[in-house]
This record gives sequence, structure tokens and C-alpha cells, in this order.
Amino acid sequence: MGRTLSEKVWDEHVVRSAPGEPDLLFVDLHLLHEVTSPQAFEGLRLAGRGVRRPDLTLATEDHNVPTVDVDLPIADPVSRTQVETLRRNAAEFGVRLHPLGDVEQGIVHVVGPQLGLTQPGMTIVCGDSHTSTHGAFGAIAFGIGTSEVEHVLATQTLMQSRPRTMAVTVDGTLPDGVTAKDLVLTLIAHTGTGGGQGYIVEYRGSAIEALSMEARMTVCNMSIEWGAKAGMIAPDQTTFDYVEGRPEAPEGADWDAAVAHWRTLVTDEDAVFDREIVLDASTMTPFVTWGTNPGQGVPLGGAVPDPAGFEDEGDQVAAQKALEYMGLEAGTPMREVKVDTVFVGSCTNGRIEDLRAAADVIRGRHVSPDTRLLVVPGSVRVRLQAEEEGLDIVFKEAGGEWRGAGCSMCLGMNPDQLQPGERSASTSNRNFEGRQGKGGRTHLVSPLVAAATAVTGTLASPADLSPA
Amino acid sequence: MDKFTRHTGTGLPLRRSNVDTDQIIPAVYLKRVTRTGFEDGLFAAWRKDPQFVTNRPEHAGATVLVAGPDFGTGSSREHAVWALLDYGFRVVISSRFADIFRGNSGKAGLLAAQVGQDVVEQLWKLIESEPSTQIVVDLQERSVQAGALTAPFEIDDYTRWRLLEGLDDIGLTLSHEDDIAAFESTRPAWKPVTL
Repeated sequence: MGRTLSEKVWDEHVVRSAPGEPDLLFVDLHLLHEVTSPQAFEGLRLAGRGVRRPDLTLATEDHNVPTVDVDLPIADPVSRTQVETLRRNAAEFGVRLHPLGDVEQGIVHVVGPQLGLTQPGMTIVCGDSHTSTHGAFGAIAFGIGTSEVEHVLATQTLMQSRPRTMAVTVDGTLPDGVTAKDLVLTLIAHTGTGGGQGYIVEYRGSAIEALSMEARMTVCNMSIEWGAKAGMIAPDQTTFDYVEGRPEAPEGADWDAAVAHWRTLVTDEDAVFDREIVLDASTMTPFVTWGTNPGQGVPLGGAVPDPAGFEDEGDQVAAQKALEYMGLEAGTPMREVKVDTVFVGSCTNGRIEDLRAAADVIRGRHVSPDTRLLVVPGSVRVRLQAEEEGLDIVFKEAGGEWRGAGCSMCLGMNPDQLQPGERSASTSNRNFEGRQGKGGRTHLVSPLVAAATAVTGTLASPADLSPA
Repeated sequence: MDKFTRHTGTGLPLRRSNVDTDQIIPAVYLKRVTRTGFEDGLFAAWRKDPQFVTNRPEHAGATVLVAGPDFGTGSSREHAVWALLDYGFRVVISSRFADIFRGNSGKAGLLAAQVGQDVVEQLWKLIESEPSTQIVVDLQERSVQAGALTAPFEIDDYTRWRLLEGLDDIGLTLSHEDDIAAFESTRPAWKPVTL
């Protein structure tokens, strides 16, 4: 019987396999950031261990760093200590670090791909659940906890039980104005937050193949939001074209050898998935969340649901609690929901195509007087590219704020936070209670919906706007 | 890591589903560089409500958290496990755990015991009607016992063995260092390096 893409990549990385034990998997690339690594390095130090493969390890500062005054010392002393700890650990253990102020600094999941370190067929881990992003290249990539970070630092391996396999097949063509973000939000509303639990998912079908590399990253990024171990897309010409020529991509004969291998990384025709989901892209519309987990979403043209309408009693209670937290009434059209802050950024939608899409909507228009627009590029490179294209001017002339690179308001670890009761339309990945700041209320949206919402002050799509 | 064989303690009924790790410990509490001291961040937003279950005197000192389905979704932060341990919990019982949270629990010595939702409902009723009920969680037997209720729980064999023995994962893996070195020698030269 044939094998699936994930089974092929998994098999290539098994160091040791024994009955009754998880497989010992080799890790090709270990990404680090300041928040989930300090205790891991401390563990190494206490045990007298070193980093086995610093040459397969890369660190960047992203989670708690400020996005203004980045040339000054970090004002929050606790954040500063955490960042300084990473710098000390990187120096002591010989790990390459892109610190604040470095041209390669940025969100770890934006930096890996743009450097060309993320390549097909790899195993990639990081102490961050959105590591699933890298699966867009046909890599097995997943988030780990700090104990596992320490394990990878010491051994360059992880003990992992082989997950089950799932195919999510999306055929048809996405309508105009409907993006990868809408696709994945639609999927999560369909499966719920636990639907992918225990599976490595392969996204396939004509709608997936038609996506750009960056859009594929948006889809894979959100795999964790429906509980999947990892999400993958088979590498193809789109993937190879994206990787070729990047600083850490193979060159010459190495490139040819790599591509020859990468072309074998497709699911065999006679392979069988443990589970399959089929969706039709042509029926999809702009999609937004109304609740406090990413599965609580509806089409933008829909309304806040009535908790009584859910079949499951647990879902009814969860919906009721979510509406109370979100300050929403059942039956309210989503387009009438007024938004205070629009956040464009994050490892989900903070790449150059996302900023271009948002800028195209904003260009020649103005941000609503009661709304704040915060645009945070995913990396310094994205920021510089955007500035070269004049996108920063577009946002600033419209009344938006143009910031330095980092995770920023996606998780509100730095000063970019919502105030209690404040409502956001956010291109990020989590609408959990308090995620963007204590008491903050988050609606997950695409960059197009975010930009249109900034203009109208209520949830909107570009089609709702009068001509610029 | 200390060995875990059997734990007896009172329960805390958390009647919520989808308790994500941002609820267990919000991001602003993740800035410590030590491995302890995270108890202040546990359920930080919810604990501000005097009626929240951790604030009820009848549940003071509870060590077994009984939560709704999809516990520990979201962020990979192991700080969520540390916060639960630092606060005094030794066991979390739920009908479904997020993968990363479950893995982190096993590494840090918190027992994530998976049972059917009907068992969770029975435990909630039992604890709420008689908060002093002693819950016995036996890892050797893979069973939860409270009042007249005895139910099996699920945990994978490997994690169970490691918890029972209190084993250090890294030490175990390093005993296979020859296998790792052999694997490394076969990796294609075109694979990327950072240095």
C-alpha cells in the first residue's frame, strides 16, 4: 500500500523505533524565541549538557518585543530580562540569534521561510504552537513545550507517537475577495476546535494548489486551532519557486538533488488516509468569528447565532458564555458589529502579500474616526519590502499606525494590547478571552475584511465600500 | 521528576469546555525565566470573580481539577502545566485534552487523565454535593475512584511508565546516542544549516 505525504516525511526521520515506545524522530530545524526557551537552557546548564546541533538551531526575538522605539532599551523590565536571557543563552551555547534591531529579526514563523531555512520534507519544531505554519512547504512542523525544547536542544530528537492521517480536500475556486484565511476559518467552524486532534492533516485539492506560498502558510498556521498535530501541503512548483534563491536554499547541484527528492514527497495514489474531509471552495465567503474560540465563526453576511440553536448542551453553554464575554446579542448581523481596533499582522497574516492586500483596500480611503488601525509587519524584511512599495505611506495617510516587527497584539505580551471591553477585528489566529489584552474582544478576520472594517468602523468586506 | 503512582485529594469542578492555555495562564504571566512561581497567573482573569470556583472556600486545597472537554487547547506554553502544579494540582481529569498540553503534562509530572464525559459529569455532581469527597487517582491501575464511582481512565502506556518510574526523558534518549549519530551521518548534504 502507498504512503501519504506525512508518512513519507515521518519515515525519513525515524532514528529509532521500538515496540511499545514512541518513535525517536530527528529534528532538522529547531526554532527558538525568548518566551519558551529560558527554562530549557537552564535545564541544560543544571545537567551539564550542551546544545547538540547549534547548526540546526535558530533564535529570534518576537513574542514580547515592543513595536515602537525598537532602538531603545525595552521599557518593561521583565520583558527586557527575558530578551536578555535569550541573548545570553544564545551566546553561551553558540546559537544564531536575530535580535531586535537586526535586519533578519521578526516572528519566528515568518523568519524561517523567508531565510529559506524552511524547506520541503523537513521536520521543524519550536516552542510555539503556530510552528504548523511551516507545513505549507511539505514539512512536518509542530509546536512543543519547554521540556521538549530542552530535549531537542540536548539530543536534536524528539520522542513522538505516530499520529493518524487526515486529508482535507478543498476543490473548486475561491470566489473573489475570499482568502486562505476565510477558507481555514470556514474549516474550523466545520470541525470545531478539537476536530483535528491526533492527526497530521494534509490540505489538498485544486483550491489549495491554487494558493500562493504565503496563503498556504496562512492555512497551515491555523491547523493547531482545530487541534491538529500538524498541517501539510505537498510541495510543488509554487513551493520550489518560493524557496529558490533564498539565502539558505540549496544551490547548483545541491538544488537539483533537493528538488529531485522533494518531487517524491506526494501522497501515493493508493495511500489511504484515516479520515477525510471534503469542502467546496466555490461556496465560501468572507468569514469572521463571533465567539471566544476559533471554531465559533459565521460568514460575514450572517448573524450572531442564538445559543439555543446549538444541538449539543455543552455548545449551548459555551456559546452563551462567549456572547456574554463578547458583549453581543444573538441575531445581530455581523456587519453591524462596531470595532474599535483593527490589527493587521501576526504569523497568520503578517507577510508581504497580506500587507499588500490590506493596503489595496485602504489606498485612497481613510480609517473611520472611531477606529484605530495597527499594522505590524511579520518581520523586518517584510517591513522593508512594504516600505519600498510605499505601503507604509498608504496606511499612514489613511490614519493607521505603522509599526516594527513582532507578535505584537496577536497575544498582547508587549504593550500592544486591547483595553477591557475594547473590540478588535484581527488578522491573527486566536479570539480567546483576554488574548489581545485583559477584557479585550477579538473577531478573527482576513486582511481584506480587516482593511474594509478599518474604513467603515464595523465588520465589512471590500465589496461593502463605496469607490475610493 | 518525582514518581507518580497514586494520588488522593479533593476535586475542583471546572464546568467549562475549551479551557485554552491563555485562560489557564495569560501571556503577560509568561515572562519569568524560572520554572516556578506561576501560581499567580493560574486562571488569572477568572479568579478576579469572587464566585469563580477556585475562590469558594469549600474547594480550598483541591488537588484534582475536573474540567470540560478540550482542555488545554491553543498555545504550546508549558507554563500552563507549571501554573497548575505550582497552584497545587497534581491531576487534571477531562474527556478530551489538546495534544500539546497532554504532552507537556507528561513531561512535567502532572497527570492528565482522560475519561468519558459521563464520568466527568458524575464527578462534578459528586464534588459539588460533597466537596470533601476524596478522589483517588491510581496510575498503576489507571482508575479514578470517588464515592461509589470507580472508572478507568486513559493514558498512553509510555507516558504512564515514565510517570510511574519518574524518568528523565533526555537521559533515556541519550542512551541511544549511537543511533542518533548514525542517523546524522546519513543526512543529505543539501539539508540547510543555520551556522
